[in-house]
Amino acid sequence: MTDKTSAKVWENVPSPFCGIASDDLRIEVCGSSVRVLANGDAVTVPGFERPVTDTAPRIAGEPASLEDAVRRAAEILKEARLPVFSGFGTDVNDTRAALALIDKVRGIFDQARAAGGVRNLLALADSGWIATTLAEVKNRVEVLLVFGSDVEAAFPRFFERFVWNRETLFGQDPARREVICVGRAPSGDAAVSPDGRRPQVVECDPRHLPELAAALSALARGASLQAETVGGIPVVVLRGIVERLRRSSYSVVTWVAGQLDFAHADLTVQQVCQMVALLNKETRAAVLPLGGQDGDRTASQVCAWLTGYPTRVSFARGFPEYDPYLNDASRLLKDGEADALVWVSSLSPAPPPAAEVPTVVIGRSGMQFDEEPEVYIPVGVPGIDHAGHMYRCDNVVAMPLYALRDCGLTTAAAVLAAIEQSL
Amino acid sequence: MLTKLAGASVYDPVQGWAGEIRDLYFRDGRVAADPGPDAAIDEVHDLSGHILMAGAIDIHSHIAGGNVNTARVLLPEQHRNSMARWLNPPGLTPSMGFAPSGPALRSPLAPAGLGRTAEWSSADIGHRYARMGYTTVVEPAVLPANALDAHLQMADIPIVDTAGLAILGSDDFLLGLLRGKAGQAQVNDYVAWTLRATRCLGLKVINAGGAAAFKWNVRQFDLDDVVPYYGVSSRQILQTLQRAVCELGIPHPVHVHCNNLGVPGNVETAVATMEAAQGLPMHLAHVQFYGYGKEGAKGFSSGAARLMEAFHRHPNITMDVGQVLFGQTVTVSGDVIAQYDRHGDASPGKWAVWEAECDGAGGVVPYRYRERSFVNTLQWAVGLEIFLLAEDPWRLFFTTDHPNGAPFTAYPELIRLLMDADYRASVMARLDQEALALTLLPHLRREFSLHDIAVMTRAAAARLLGLEDRGHLCPGAIADVAVYRPQADRRAMFADAAWVWKGGRLVVREGAVVDRPAGSALTIEPCYDRRIERDVKAYFDRFYSLSLDHFTVGGVAFEREDAERFRSIRAA
Repeated sequence: MTDKTSAKVWENVPSPFCGIASDDLRIEVCGSSVRVLANGDAVTVPGFERPVTDTAPRIAGEPASLEDAVRRAAEILKEARLPVFSGFGTDVNDTRAALALIDKVRGIFDQARAAGGVRNLLALADSGWIATTLAEVKNRVEVLLVFGSDVEAAFPRFFERFVWNRETLFGQDPARREVICVGRAPSGDAAVSPDGRRPQVVECDPRHLPELAAALSALARGASLQAETVGGIPVVVLRGIVERLRRSSYSVVTWVAGQLDFAHADLTVQQVCQMVALLNKETRAAVLPLGGQDGDRTASQVCAWLTGYPTRVSFARGFPEYDPYLNDASRLLKDGEADALVWVSSLSPAPPPAAEVPTVVIGRSGMQFDEEPEVYIPVGVPGIDHAGHMYRCDNVVAMPLYALRDCGLTTAAAVLAAIEQSL
Repeated sequence: MLTKLAGASVYDPVQGWAGEIRDLYFRDGRVAADPGPDAAIDEVHDLSGHILMAGAIDIHSHIAGGNVNTARVLLPEQHRNSMARWLNPPGLTPSMGFAPSGPALRSPLAPAGLGRTAEWSSADIGHRYARMGYTTVVEPAVLPANALDAHLQMADIPIVDTAGLAILGSDDFLLGLLRGKAGQAQVNDYVAWTLRATRCLGLKVINAGGAAAFKWNVRQFDLDDVVPYYGVSSRQILQTLQRAVCELGIPHPVHVHCNNLGVPGNVETAVATMEAAQGLPMHLAHVQFYGYGKEGAKGFSSGAARLMEAFHRHPNITMDVGQVLFGQTVTVSGDVIAQYDRHGDASPGKWAVWEAECDGAGGVVPYRYRERSFVNTLQWAVGLEIFLLAEDPWRLFFTTDHPNGAPFTAYPELIRLLMDADYRASVMARLDQEALALTLLPHLRREFSLHDIAVMTRAAAARLLGLEDRGHLCPGAIADVAVYRPQADRRAMFADAAWVWKGGRLVVREGAVVDRPAGSALTIEPCYDRRIERDVKAYFDRFYSLSLDHFTVGGVAFEREDAERFRSIRAA
């Protein structure tokens, strides 16, 4: 058991919060408080350091036993005709347990971060892609194209860990790598090379991103464009960018789908993927869709192997059905189709959206509510309070998570299993 | 508890039983000797009139990992289509079988509630295999970087035991060793370490070096082609890994996906690979895809006779077929050169390639095999030629390379094709006659016996994998038993077993899953010099994307300890 009086320092701790699975954190645990001593960033530090506040469940705001809270949650689910489950900042086992419960109560599975992920999933399921992973970027990338995204805002250590690394397998000097930001300027200096070279930045108004992607894809196809500018950017500049990628032996194109927040952004993602597929007729290039913060990829991966579908899956008819539009939790709540909300979020402290239906929260201790849910059961965090597994943004790599402290919090998986048992 | 299975016609090639009426006993999950007339028997099942065999073993079926989950996400409509077939009266169209039955990790076992949800899930894989009498399945392509993913998925496949084969040969660490002229002993240590870290049962080599070469923009990779930068040939990589498996004493021979998959004339590649094996054990996977000549007006012909002539000259070689059957499927492979090369044939027209962690790559290309197609008919015929020309069923294995040639749910159709020459002829009548004319198939009247089926899918499969506790019904064997109702239509007979026991537990009754115990993952734990870990750690620290501490597979099952989930067949 953890010694509650003296601090313990853990080395090489993996982060379940950041999506690129930084796994070199040094973390000090003293009682229930956690401090990131080294290699933290703007995502991982708050992820780890958020204090434990609640350890007891509440029903309608009043302290309750775990048994009573579980029973009340089961009652809500029994009365509901169409309960929607969302949140899913979770690890593998939390997601497994949730899907078993959703199957049983004929509910709907969605994720708080699904909007971004679905943009990529729709592009994949419509035409596919050539994708790569973080270690390949680290060792092979020659030119990195960032499309329409501010990578460092969401992934503060991406450049440090995978672009400006000290050495590569093949003797390439990473400091000589080129970064091109198309459509959006970076918010900081992470993309500046160690020797001070700034990335090539070609900005445009975000509403022009779709035509920008289409133009890049057309140029990669070898089309000649009648237009002289696209989104205010001279076509000659875009042609130069495509030519640069074509001359590169291994280029990587990345974006943060969660930031491409406009209607039908999946079609923009698709154009970017098509551009990369076309480049491969002559040279090598690959996409790296960044995402997966707070367990978003994890829940989607688990759902894919358990149901055959990645996210937004309804069990209402007794078997899984996939519809990334109809099974959107916010739509179901807004249109009054769902009559209960279960918010499962063991990683992220983000509270559920305000909803007029009975709400059950199986959430990270310390979650703050504007409106107290009917049932709140605080749970521990995979990777802090208990062991688990997570998936990185690139889907290929799953990582173990470890228990760093014991402050008596149960797991979301155990709570979900208990609810299922008491139905 | 002592159970008696009374009066079935039993096929166990290991004991020379070829259909005699016998009683079989099992106690505490293991086959037991006849306890004598005075023993108190707790449970008797009258199986008279039925056929009984050990549980079947699939040595090569892609059931978990990055390619499989990518295929699910790439093809949601396939899954929907299978649902539609389920909702409408089933025509027994083979589904892709990745899936099914919903998470229902703990759902109550209403007979109607099982196996009826989604097509395509990890649960469905377990259910559908069990319903056909399969109790052990090997996932033949576990990329080490993706091993934890594969094991997490396999842990959710109920009923059947699973095992993985770890892929090496395009990983930068091994290629670096070879470039640096490392000795065989160091390679052996690395192979042994890999098998332990990834908790696999054997070693897979896919187009050795090809996935690495593709990252250097190489689009075609033959046995004597050289991986750029590293300066090592595919042959050298393959032979070094084969030697490692032999010297480590790993029971399953190196499991090889040759170069030039699907390319006309590639039968010469398969023969050259047999010769490259230098008399040592080697398993060639899905050889149907290497059974091609380049004769005829279309430059594409059957090379089956040439392949089988070489096979019969090389008793050190085993092969599985990778039979093609008609219908929609999806191809998944670590042979990224082959997968990229055929992306133009994708049907529906979408495909995905991923390269992973300086370790290898994968590609997913959906495909529909059509009866009217010259190429597809030829592929179908080549596979059957290979089966029917094989002199020794102990060296040739029954696979469709699920889902590449066909989904595993189509196995009953394949059994019928092998056991029923008239049925075969009736199917041939519908196919492309120009293609059939380039094969021997119309002249092959051989029919497989139940004994042959039991050899290929049970006895020989267990022996090939080094699984001594299964594939037979000797006392002490794990009580994995499949019982079929004899029917003239062998497809119907093998599609739905009448009874299946897994480890002595009744799991299938009349084609319906009645219980879903969790399976084990079978591993081997070879010994190695621990100094290799220091080298791998240095490599990880300098070049990899995560620390070696976080690479080793563990804790994969839901509410089960590793000690329950993983079972080492022995420390080699």
